[in-house]
Amino acid sequence: MKILRIFIIKEFIQFFRDPKMFRVVLIAPVIQLVFLGYAANRDILNADTAVLNLDRSASSREYIRSVEESGYFSVKNYPGSYEELKELIDDGTVFVGIVIPDNFESNINNRRTADIQLILDGSDGNKASIAAGYIQNITATFSKNLSLDYLQSSGVKVNLVSTIQPEARVWYNPNLSTRNFFLPSIVGLILIIITINMTSLAIVKEREIGTLEQLIVTPIKPYQMILGKLIPFSIIGFVAVILVLSVMRFWFGIEIKGSIPFLFLCTFVFMLSTLGLGLFVSTVSRTQQQAMITSAFLVMMPMIFLSGFSFPIENMPQIIQYITYIIPLKYFIIIIRGIVIKGLGFDNLWKELTILFFMGVVILTISSMRFNKRLE
Amino acid sequence: MNSIEVKNLSKVFGNFISVNNISFEVKEGEVFGFLGSNGAGKSTTIKMLCGILEPTSGDALVGGYSIATQPDEVKKNIGYMSQKFSLYNDLTVNENINFFGGVYGLENKLLKDRKKWVLEISGLEGREDTLTSSLSVGFKQRLALGCAVIHEPKIIFLDEPTGGVDPISRRKFWDLITDLSDKGTTVFVTTHYLDEAEFCGRIILIDAGILIAAGSPKELKKEYIKNKVIQLDCSDIYKAAEILEKENITDSISIFGNSLHLTMKEQIRSLNELEDDEIKIITDLLSNDNDLKIYHISEISPSLEDVFLYLVEKKTADEE
Ligand SMILES: Nc1ncnc2c1ncn2[C@@H]1O[C@H](COP(=O)(O)OP(=O)(O)OP(=O)(O)O)[C@@H](O)[C@H]1O
Ligand SMILES: [Mg+2]
Repeated sequence: MKILRIFIIKEFIQFFRDPKMFRVVLIAPVIQLVFLGYAANRDILNADTAVLNLDRSASSREYIRSVEESGYFSVKNYPGSYEELKELIDDGTVFVGIVIPDNFESNINNRRTADIQLILDGSDGNKASIAAGYIQNITATFSKNLSLDYLQSSGVKVNLVSTIQPEARVWYNPNLSTRNFFLPSIVGLILIIITINMTSLAIVKEREIGTLEQLIVTPIKPYQMILGKLIPFSIIGFVAVILVLSVMRFWFGIEIKGSIPFLFLCTFVFMLSTLGLGLFVSTVSRTQQQAMITSAFLVMMPMIFLSGFSFPIENMPQIIQYITYIIPLKYFIIIIRGIVIKGLGFDNLWKELTILFFMGVVILTISSMRFNKRLE
Repeated sequence: MNSIEVKNLSKVFGNFISVNNISFEVKEGEVFGFLGSNGAGKSTTIKMLCGILEPTSGDALVGGYSIATQPDEVKKNIGYMSQKFSLYNDLTVNENINFFGGVYGLENKLLKDRKKWVLEISGLEGREDTLTSSLSVGFKQRLALGCAVIHEPKIIFLDEPTGGVDPISRRKFWDLITDLSDKGTTVFVTTHYLDEAEFCGRIILIDAGILIAAGSPKELKKEYIKNKVIQLDCSDIYKAAEILEKENITDSISIFGNSLHLTMKEQIRSLNELEDDEIKIITDLLSNDNDLKIYHISEISPSLEDVFLYLVEKKTADEE
């Protein structure tokens, strides 16, 4: 136990002494987050919007107002027909088209589900999905207010409440998933950078300069060496996660809807896999450069591409979709989006969490065994 | 008492035999030299003895424990300084000492005392907060030795500890080794420098994984170099070598710095016991040439280098 403590202290001294590590691990993610956050945000802020209002009722006007008041959309055109709307989107005059059918108000008044149609320029898939997400939120709020109004007016009766169901239809890129929750998944990205890249580098560095050999003749046990490397980097990982979540919350106003302790638990479970992968990379690399290349190109890139972080999994060929089942980041992204944006908890995410846990245990075990063998 | 007993130790990498069935003993408190050229298998042997590498076959007792079956026990009794410099460059002197001291379980007063000792032997008192990377090689090496023996092991293994160090630092380093040995520590040291091997109580020579000679430096010289060795300093050693080569009075002529070492043929010696005569023969031969000036000529005792070169040549010849 004492030896482990000494080892961890040493690791932290080295970490803080290396300004490069410090920059890569703690400053880069924040810059990345701010950068991506703005890129994603500005696109949608005041997106040019056309509304085809076939209903021309008080309810529909109120709905349009709530869309405008959100600050994300500016309604520029009121086309008279579906064809006109289509043209506006085709020639790029507007990015979002909203169609309010002529039975909108009557459906609401008759406590039936009212539909609206959303048409998006999907050539920028990311932007389109974010826009769809905003419309969904705005509509949900609008619908909730309607329900409240109804409750107030009717006094007791609660069952027959009318709702509005937005029917999002994305043009040009019809299979686009609802990938509107971009920023939270950066937490996953940062964790893999820190835990895979940094951990493997730190271990290979010791092998390269010869201190690892020196450590083997000391009373340190291999498991202490492994823990001595993994614990500091998981702590650093947690610090980075907290940093990113804070920037997300206080800079971009993305609130964490779910439980923060649960989020940390999931983060820890995810780290089992990534730390294990970091350890694994260290056992297959002889130099720091090799470790860098292996972790970047053979582990991190496939992880990112196959996790749904940058490309929606639904768009991938079937065979590759199967491969994504073994990508830990995929599950973590589902979890973190679920917690941050949807406020989901263990009830909804236990499946992903269990898979992650077993993946972590398997990867860590295999890597530790390999590490022990490499010491021999 | 033997500190180390090596029995038929071998290490094979793939189909390459790095250490080939070697056996030897090291006595307690002895400075034991392990000599051999590049790739001879020195580091491989030392790593097996320290429990870093598993032997392919054979065994060794180090401090009474088997390296094959009790490597953990072995590790408790030894200190090891690897061929690569093996301290943390990005830690300060103090942090390195604290780390290695801590890893060996030293605390409080004991750690403080040992730290003082390490700083003293490495000459780094007052420079505790210097980053190790900014120390010169000589200091680094002594600090590495200090950290490797901070727990006062009974046996220490040093793998080419003085590589790349200037002569004065080398000398200081060897003074430390002698001190440790005087206090009863067994020192097992590999080196390329044959002049260093003269400091060792006993040495073994290996070549291509095979043990080719063992004994004290004196014994080795006596056993293998029967011929007289004469050192010659003159104005043109190449020309002198050319002249003497024609005369067939030497076994070998080798260049050592600015002088020649002439290993004389035994017959000459048996013809005439007087050493002056050999020197006279050479002087006469060389004075025929007007340009050549002899600065100094005398008989010297053979160095280990002579032994080493002789043995390696002999082994190569035997193999052919
Ligand atoms: N892990 C390994 N795998 C394969 N071959 C190895 C391995 N380690 C050492 N060797 C080979 O074994 C031989 C002996 O190596 P070793 O390092 O013991 O030599 P050495 O006597 O210490 O040489 P040097 O003076 O250069 O340090 C070399 O030919 C080397 O290439
Ligand atoms: Mg070596």
